[in-house]
Amino acid sequence: MAWTRDEMCARAALELEDGFYVNLGIGMPTKVANFIPDGMDVNFQSENGMLGMGPFPTDNEVDPDLINAGKQTITETPKSVYFDSAQSFAMIRGGHINMSILGALQVAENGDLANWMIPGKMVKGMGGAMDLVAGVKRVVILMDHNAKDGTAKLLKECNLPLTGAGVVDDIITELGVFRIGEGGVHIQELAPGVTVDEVRAKSEATIVTQ
Amino acid sequence: MSKKVYSDAKSALDGVLFDGMTILAGGFGLCGIPEHMILAIRDSGVKDLTIASNNAGVDDFGLGLLLQTRQVKKMISSYVGENKTFEAQFLAGELELEFNPQGTLAERCRAGGAGIPAFYTKTGVGTLIAEGKETKEFDGVTYLMERGLTGDLAIVKAWKGDTAGNVVFRKTARNFNAPMATAGKICVVEVEELVEPGQLDPDGIHLPSIYTHRIFEGKDFEKRIEFRTVSDG
Repeated sequence: MAWTRDEMCARAALELEDGFYVNLGIGMPTKVANFIPDGMDVNFQSENGMLGMGPFPTDNEVDPDLINAGKQTITETPKSVYFDSAQSFAMIRGGHINMSILGALQVAENGDLANWMIPGKMVKGMGGAMDLVAGVKRVVILMDHNAKDGTAKLLKECNLPLTGAGVVDDIITELGVFRIGEGGVHIQELAPGVTVDEVRAKSEATIVTQ
Repeated sequence: MSKKVYSDAKSALDGVLFDGMTILAGGFGLCGIPEHMILAIRDSGVKDLTIASNNAGVDDFGLGLLLQTRQVKKMISSYVGENKTFEAQFLAGELELEFNPQGTLAERCRAGGAGIPAFYTKTGVGTLIAEGKETKEFDGVTYLMERGLTGDLAIVKAWKGDTAGNVVFRKTARNFNAPMATAGKICVVEVEELVEPGQLDPDGIHLPSIYTHRIFEGKDFEKRIEFRTVSDG
């Protein structure tokens, strides 16, 4: 059985380490915060200017001056600190953030990432994604293995405009955990019951086994 | 009364607005936007504006108000979703758009305010953003040259300020307000509470007075929330 979305998030959380400073992308990656192993201390950075992000507020805790990068209301923690956007991206671009977990439209076997625009559709913008993939020490992609119409997202080359070239380290999908490496995409772990053949059938990229 | 203090947004912007000018507007989404000055700019009728702002507001609040009145010629932004007016004008070719990666936009303002005309960054190398821009290798890694950004005017929202122009922001409403404040030829700050010098901790000032040319206390901030997200517990 392939992993459920919750199982994918829980698996992504296992990539975190105690003391890490982490930036989570919008969408499914945000939910990884719900699966931090007990006793692990992870600091979440929000690129609009905060370290130590807390959970969503209760109704009477809502504060218009306290939002995350997805513009949702959030809360602070005893370790929270606020800063401006230039300082925030100095952390990101300066390589001080240990890991970023982001979504993707396409990932190529050389680590190229496309996740910000589809030609012909209204482009909303890259936000902080280009900065994150260029500057964060380790970039983990959390995505569905295939697009809604079944087309492969793990490719030999991206055909959508890139967010970054050669920036992806690892990919987690419902089928397993993969690493960009010598000769293609290396299988690190498969979800229960998933076979190498199934991964190959659902990918265009060169799939390398151990 | 300090010469920097004005009574409201309209008087604080008097004499600094002109057609075709470039305005740096602080805020992230609707958080920390200079809402009173946006209304005053709308009411002034100034047009052909180039506005650098991380986002473009929503249809009926924030910079969206200046799009509705077609006062904006060009936006420099990192993310412009959640705004139908923007989308319609852009798709009709009536609005120019320059996408900047969010960190590049922030650093362009920081650099512009610090007298740095250009800098190199890894962000955007190998992407559409790099087209037409100079690249250079340092220690075997390719970097992209980006220009510092300055504006004719920076409009900034803060929490507290003193009459000398020292300013304190609150929580994530600081965002682009601080770097943009330094990059405006004129910087006007709207605060929720204006106090006398000495009432703010000098060690806790986020924006030193030297950057603030004009300041006023805004009344009845709406501080609209774009995505009110709550937990049950």
